[in-house]
Amino acid sequence: MSWHSLSARKMREALAFMVFRLAMLLVLLSLGGILLFVLIHGLGALSWEFISQPPRNSMTEGGIFPAIMGTIYLTLGAILVALPLGVAASIYLSEYASEGRVLRIVRLGIQNLAGVPSVVFGLFGLGLFVVFFGMGVSIMAGSLTLGLLILPTVIGASEEALRQVPSTFREASLALGATRWQTIRKVVLPAALPGILTGSILGIGRAAGETAPIMFTAATFYTLYLPDSVFSQVMALPYHIYVLATAGTHIAQTRPLQYGTVLVLISLVLGLSLVAIITRTRMRRTKKW
Amino acid sequence: MVDAPEPIISVEDLNFYYGESQALTNINLKVVRSQVTALIGPSGCGKSTFLRLLNRMNDLIAGTRVEGKVIFEGVNLYGPEVDPVHVRRRIGMVFQKPNPFPKSIYNNVAYGPRLHGLRDRAKLDELVERSLKAAAIWDEVKDILHQSALGLSGGQQQRLCIARAVAMEPEVLLMDEPTSALDPIATARIEELVKELKRNYTVIIVTHNMQQAARVSDETAFFYMGRLVEMGPTEEIFTRPRKEQTEHYITGRFG
Repeated sequence: MSWHSLSARKMREALAFMVFRLAMLLVLLSLGGILLFVLIHGLGALSWEFISQPPRNSMTEGGIFPAIMGTIYLTLGAILVALPLGVAASIYLSEYASEGRVLRIVRLGIQNLAGVPSVVFGLFGLGLFVVFFGMGVSIMAGSLTLGLLILPTVIGASEEALRQVPSTFREASLALGATRWQTIRKVVLPAALPGILTGSILGIGRAAGETAPIMFTAATFYTLYLPDSVFSQVMALPYHIYVLATAGTHIAQTRPLQYGTVLVLISLVLGLSLVAIITRTRMRRTKKW
Repeated sequence: MVDAPEPIISVEDLNFYYGESQALTNINLKVVRSQVTALIGPSGCGKSTFLRLLNRMNDLIAGTRVEGKVIFEGVNLYGPEVDPVHVRRRIGMVFQKPNPFPKSIYNNVAYGPRLHGLRDRAKLDELVERSLKAAAIWDEVKDILHQSALGLSGGQQQRLCIARAVAMEPEVLLMDEPTSALDPIATARIEELVKELKRNYTVIIVTHNMQQAARVSDETAFFYMGRLVEMGPTEEIFTRPRKEQTEHYITGRFG
């Protein structure tokens, strides 16, 4: 091999490296670009009134308080639906079910569930919860729909967290005469819980920002009032943005409010993720197995 | 030969399979009460597999099959009416690597008794103290009972695991190479402890360290390629083995 070919190979190496670096830079730039854009346009709209008052004057004035509360209710509702169901399913999958064809099919099903477009979830929720179960357009129907949407994420996060619990813990417990369920309840779940929670919160952030699943099942265009039961309709941030941007009669006048709403929504989602990531890092540091 | 003392465990014609491959072939042996029995042999000879058959831990591995009998206190542990959970309450186990739960020292020891319904705080306190003393670790941990067990050194963790097993008040204690992850000083302490433990428990210990077997055990069983080659009083096995394979192994010609 000559020196010449070696240096050509080095050049190719450098080139490849540059392509990868560029790709990474592009990703970072687009994220930063979006954030900066929203920040610049939205910051002006932010005020105490904006986050504490309902909209006024055909949405051209006032705030988005009902939408913030609506999104919080829907997100909490989705957690209440998806967390117990998802954790229970993942316990079955990782602790009880024996590897085989059935399990493979179930896993495939869950993966496909994650790939279903969110608008399909919305229509499904409309058909099943709103109409068939007669819940009407409500927090209840919206939470159930969002819960189903994030179920694959919760199952994935929980399975991962359960897998990371060393099998030696299970062995130790079983060798002390514990049943499988006692072992799961007293050793495996407590050890996996931080991972389950943080993993799930990351998925839940996604639920908070979804429009399609709630537009037929929970969200309303405009209400002055906060919901008084789980069967009330609510305003929600993503839907509010959608409405202001497309269906309003004063689109130009509401534009600053739109940016403000986007900023609030992004802050909420990023804040939720940040909390999860910080908690996880902190717990990883204290964990010693 | 002296009269055989009453065995606490007798194994009859035991065969064990992982799927198609046979891991143990025709094992017959008796374990004497209140003695330390060492299982020795080269890696892969089946000694750990055999140990885990004695408290039905191999049940947890899919695709395994057992033939023959393990008779403990007159009952065949592989009889259809036997619940493995009950077996494991009476036959405790200490593992190769210390595996305390990510809980406090106190809660590690109290784990087993609580599972089986002991709630009384005073009784639990007393049992925890007694178990930690039996495992010769009480003095080191009595002031930090409510700190995480994961903060202890490896040797301390292993003695804690012994205390945790002892807290169940089992009749037999199985130890699977309990010192292989420990330094020499921690190992010496565990060996001392094993000699203490036989006053109240029957101990069966797997070890790849022949000096350890010679130091701590009363009886030694030599396994090779899934078969029990020879078993007898430790002194005899190490000074006058009857089988050539045993002699080769203990003199270090293979293994």
